Amino acid sequence: MSTNSEEPITKVSIVVSHGSLEGVYPGLIMANGARMEGMEASLFFTFFGLDAIMEKRMDKLKVATVGNPGMHMPTILGALPGMSAFATGMMHKEMEKIDIPPVREFLEMIHDAGGEIYACKASVDMFHLSKKDFCPQVKDIISVGQFYEKSAGGQIIFT
Amino acid sequence: MATEVLAGKTLELDADGHLANRADWNESVAAAIASQEGIPLLTDRHWAVIKYMRAEFEKNGQAPSIRKLTKESGVDTKELYALFPKGPAKKAAKIGGLPKPVGCI
Repeated sequence: MSTNSEEPITKVSIVVSHGSLEGVYPGLIMANGARMEGMEASLFFTFFGLDAIMEKRMDKLKVATVGNPGMHMPTILGALPGMSAFATGMMHKEMEKIDIPPVREFLEMIHDAGGEIYACKASVDMFHLSKKDFCPQVKDIISVGQFYEKSAGGQIIFT
Repeated sequence: MATEVLAGKTLELDADGHLANRADWNESVAAAIASQEGIPLLTDRHWAVIKYMRAEFEKNGQAPSIRKLTKESGVDTKELYALFPKGPAKKAAKIGGLPKPVGCI
């Protein structure tokens, strides 16, 4: 056991690797929560997580109703047309009630709070994207090596 | 329960170090807590946040979320973090004599 295990966390780097609504929000809530507690926070979007910072897609993220046991519905029902849109609408409504902002507004909030937002270079290259595809809050497109450099001395959280 | 002498009064604190009794709070107590928290001078902009938080707490029994605060107090996110570095919601609540906020947003 490390002797300094109870030292407060002062810095977090959060990786968001999924593009579904329920895949994106936990990372955003944790990053914003870190800033609220006065910690340094950065977000690193990779693979389908890039959807959350893409101008064209960030306002249209959906809840996965297929392959998601948490939905508690038979897979065949989840596959019905409109089911994902319905579940997404319900989730938006419930989140608004507890003051969780939509993805775009949430990213603005984290950015304005001093959190840093990055896109993963390998994923950007794989999907043939460039900086102009992303919302203005994205600071840079960085490699995994740069991500580790920026995370020095902090905790890395993969979501 | 821990006590502390602030602005010439002996005040009870809760487990988080916030004022235990809201009745103990006044503007000189706020200024004394602020200086402990590294804010030597409370400006009108600090007061806008603190007073909004106190009014919301009075109304709803809990501190507002940062989102609600920035939408309704006239102080935006950037300014809020500049006014209260190292945790705006917590700091403003502490200075305002309110319990530590429990919300996640």
